[in-house]
Amino acid sequence: MKHKHSNAAVNSSMIRRPIRRWFPLFMGPMVCAFIIGFVYPFCKGIYLSFCKFKVTSDAHFVGLENYRRAFQDASFVHSFWFTALFAVISLVLINVLAFAVAYALTQGIKGSNLYRTVFFMPNLIGGIVLGYIWSMIFDGILSRYGTSILLNTKLGFWGLIILMCWQQIGYMMIIYIAGLQAVPEDMLEAAKIDGASRWQTLWKVTIPNVMPSITICTFLSLTNGFKLFDQNLALTGGQPYTILSDGSSIKTTEMLALNILNTFYGQNANSRGTAQAKAVLFFILVATIGLLQLSANRKKEVQQ
Amino acid sequence: MKKYLAMILALVMALSLVACGDKKDDSADNSDGDTASGRVYWLNFKPEADETLQKVAAMYTEKTGVPVTVVTAASGTYNETLTAEMDKSAPPTLFVVGNQAAVGTWGDYCYDLSGTAVANELNTDAYNLYDADGKLCSIGYCYECYGIIVNEDLLEKAGYTLGDITNFETLKAVAEDIHARASELGFDAFTSSSMSDDSSWRFTGHLANLEYYYESVDDPDAWKECPSSIKGTYMQNYKNLWDLYINNSAVNPADLAAGGFDAADEFGKEQAVFYQNGSWEWAKLTGTGDGQYGLDNLSMIPFYCGVAGEENAGLNCGTENCWAVNAKASEEDIQATLEFMNWMVTDPEVSRMLVDEFAAMPYKQAAESTNGFLADANDYTTNGNYIMPWVTNFQPNVDAYRAALVSAMNQYDADQSDANWELVKTAFVDGWATQYAAANG
Repeated sequence: MKHKHSNAAVNSSMIRRPIRRWFPLFMGPMVCAFIIGFVYPFCKGIYLSFCKFKVTSDAHFVGLENYRRAFQDASFVHSFWFTALFAVISLVLINVLAFAVAYALTQGIKGSNLYRTVFFMPNLIGGIVLGYIWSMIFDGILSRYGTSILLNTKLGFWGLIILMCWQQIGYMMIIYIAGLQAVPEDMLEAAKIDGASRWQTLWKVTIPNVMPSITICTFLSLTNGFKLFDQNLALTGGQPYTILSDGSSIKTTEMLALNILNTFYGQNANSRGTAQAKAVLFFILVATIGLLQLSANRKKEVQQ
Repeated sequence: MKKYLAMILALVMALSLVACGDKKDDSADNSDGDTASGRVYWLNFKPEADETLQKVAAMYTEKTGVPVTVVTAASGTYNETLTAEMDKSAPPTLFVVGNQAAVGTWGDYCYDLSGTAVANELNTDAYNLYDADGKLCSIGYCYECYGIIVNEDLLEKAGYTLGDITNFETLKAVAEDIHARASELGFDAFTSSSMSDDSSWRFTGHLANLEYYYESVDDPDAWKECPSSIKGTYMQNYKNLWDLYINNSAVNPADLAAGGFDAADEFGKEQAVFYQNGSWEWAKLTGTGDGQYGLDNLSMIPFYCGVAGEENAGLNCGTENCWAVNAKASEEDIQATLEFMNWMVTDPEVSRMLVDEFAAMPYKQAAESTNGFLADANDYTTNGNYIMPWVTNFQPNVDAYRAALVSAMNQYDADQSDANWELVKTAFVDGWATQYAAANG
């Protein structure tokens, strides 16, 4: 009854007319900001990917030439596979660990709030700063063994994974904690009465109920993995390079976003357009993967 | 109450947007000040010179009424800043095109300076850059030299004089002896050769010059413009000096990749005798002000690297500081900029200020230099030694080329094997051809 009443109130013209009249004031600034800060640059970016240009106001249309160059670039292909591997491994590690931590911290341990705060804190530090801090930590240890994070691709890869886990686990943990706290008590109680073990309860009751959290967390960590830039730049900057026999080099720890930046500031007359084409491809890739993964996970969600 | 709160919030949002939109470029502001006589907008390349240039700009505006804006790009971001600024409605009228690579990128934006009053004031053509069609794209406004800086006081404490060092053999003997006795002497031979971005250019750029230079002496025709490939004939000489640097300093070579060392500070605090750098370090090392080290017995010696006849070598002299005028600016602005440039190199007072900042300017009426390292460079020249010009400025796709070289040298430093030196050679020699093709393809 109450529900119905409030609906009626919202629909009454007494309320709707002012809303309609004030709509531009409330929405206007946001719409403007969105257009200036996102829609316009995005459209211009797509247009520029078909152009040869040095400064964006002085571009010449060249058709698909930039895309051809992007696909022919061995470093782009390498950075794609490196990024994909990184995204998958970091996705798994971050979510498993974040869920484990969240699970542990919802068991009523003393000082849970303190732990939650501590785990969340790395997320408050910017990526560049984190990258430099961790490069000091890693090199402090590795120099004892006569090596450096800049000298070995494997070390660079796992260094990035450790850094990302350290930064992201706390954030995902908060989302999982919210999900775990929303699991209905009566369901857990029913499972207990039915004689389910803790393990069975976790798999059959808890996890299906936190599926929405898993969806959002996997989406975030997958796209974050693909979009990673600051940490990559600060921690390894693409080093070490493989020097091929023809003198060209592949930056073995360079991820897609960094590859795009490095391409953009190359000296070739076409480099800016090529980088722009790579950026458009990059957008399509991240958007597709994100949407596919969202729809796959959604199917597994249960209605409470 | 809630309604008011919401309205206030919306108002704040709207206002903040208006505030953002209101912020105008300084340069744009100036442009509507005095349109008749044009305007000057100098995008400065040297952060350390900013203070002086702001004063110079104010002086000119006061004298002539022409608005002069000097904007300084943050260290190491000139290319990015220039790209962004060129896009604005009031782009820089005066900017820096310092090497052949930059001519390739910005050549279309360079006004042909040949025959202009300021170009006629030049006392040498050595620091000018031309494009493939022979257009004078940019003219040097100051020049510099680099080599190995020596602390003569420490050298004496170790029992040597500058005269003992005349070629690679003698330099090596002195350096290795000092390194061996480092703990007893309290200082080492060389400062650290950090490979982080703030220092690696000393080796992938400056030190590499010896290789290119001697190669260009062998085949001057090939080096009139950027060659599409190089031979690497003098790689061994490059290696000679590099090995000497990294193995005769207080820092473990394997730690160089990670960087985080401050060679200027080590040298300033008298922890090492030798420090490879350039004339721009003069004020910092000899001055007595804040953050300066007050050393007084310094000299600069050439890159002795084991090439025959190097007893007659001089310092590496050249510049990456070349003025270009934006050809796409309005005619008024171009004329205003050219007049401003001419004033800077002919007015005695301003020329004094600029020379004190830049060390030396290659103009007929420019003030006398007070830089000790440049005086050393001149002494070598007057004694008949050969100058080693900055052939390094030809490096194709310079950022990518040097980055690959840094990576290869890091591998070598950690493990000084022949196989790893081959990688350095590949990056150095074959990398040139690859980057040349990438830049011009």
